[in-house]
Amino acid sequence: MFPFTEDEIVRYSRNIILQEVGGVGQQKLKDARVLVVGAGGLGSPAALYLAAAGVGTIGIVDHDTVDLSNLQRQILHRTQDVGKPKVESARRALEDLNPGVRVETYPVRLTAANVMDLIRDYDVVVDGVDNFATRYLLNDACVMAGKPLVDAGILRWDGLMMTIKPGEGPCYRCVFPEPPPAGVIPTCQEAGVIGALAGVMGTLQAMEVIKLLLGVGQTLTGRLLLFDGLEGRFRQVSASRDPNCPVCGDNPTVTELVEYDLACDLPGTSAPAGAADRG
Amino acid sequence: MSDARQVHRELDLKGEVCPYTFVKSKLVLETMAPGEILRVIVDYPPATSNVPRSMESEGHRVLSVGPAGQGAWEIVVRKKD
Repeated sequence: MFPFTEDEIVRYSRNIILQEVGGVGQQKLKDARVLVVGAGGLGSPAALYLAAAGVGTIGIVDHDTVDLSNLQRQILHRTQDVGKPKVESARRALEDLNPGVRVETYPVRLTAANVMDLIRDYDVVVDGVDNFATRYLLNDACVMAGKPLVDAGILRWDGLMMTIKPGEGPCYRCVFPEPPPAGVIPTCQEAGVIGALAGVMGTLQAMEVIKLLLGVGQTLTGRLLLFDGLEGRFRQVSASRDPNCPVCGDNPTVTELVEYDLACDLPGTSAPAGAADRG
Repeated sequence: MSDARQVHRELDLKGEVCPYTFVKSKLVLETMAPGEILRVIVDYPPATSNVPRSMESEGHRVLSVGPAGQGAWEIVVRKKD
């Protein structure tokens, strides 16, 4: 009589009650496939809330293993997971939370060679990466593949996010055409980051994904949302598609995927500024 | 108490409590065509006010609420156009 099991009706009742969701919306979530790139500070809350909401298939890309220093913010992982592949502890956490979710794991580093295959079968991509090289690669790939990308970045007490809908608004490169030179922006490892900030921004990413999947509300397309955690303030900045954007502009110069070589950001050991095309 | 209007679907939710009375009514109403009429039977007294209120807040029209036998009530809802 109902399109859901009794358990699903109970589990998702607070979703279904919402006018914008209902059984129709819940089915959309169940049918959806979302790829979370990075099972770290942002990917953890994003994936957990997506699993809790009943997103049917969640893909997790992460080549890393759990380190003790991750646990201050990467809430998919537990103390006993230290040393294990992050995709495995992510799978355990998501399946424990909601056994109805299918978790697909990719214990690989995102590269120009594999990114298109990884994103192909997903409806929405969540950017939870921790470096600019992968962020630009993911942006370029999603623009080329026409995949919505929910991007966020965090450092210290500050977060930034935007939703990229290729063809409907700016991409990451419209706002930031090239990665900053290596060493200019410190990493979380050097500069620190508050774990709860990852929670705020990653949860906002889950919120964006849910709205994209349901087709409701206003997504952060053409808007950058900035969060100053120390002051407790949100701010938004409008952005529009740049016709001169190197990847989504009228005459793109980035027509093949490029991998920036920005791996070494530590002060004093900075790689030469600029991009090395290994694509 | 049932009026002469045609009822397209009947849903017996005796034994169900809130919010599942509304959740299940909503799931069935979503599968019906605009303008069709759903008759829900409940035996949980708060549902006689909760379900109609939630239905109206979603824009549907509650045609009647009334007794339907021993310890039960019927809620007749017309799906919004």
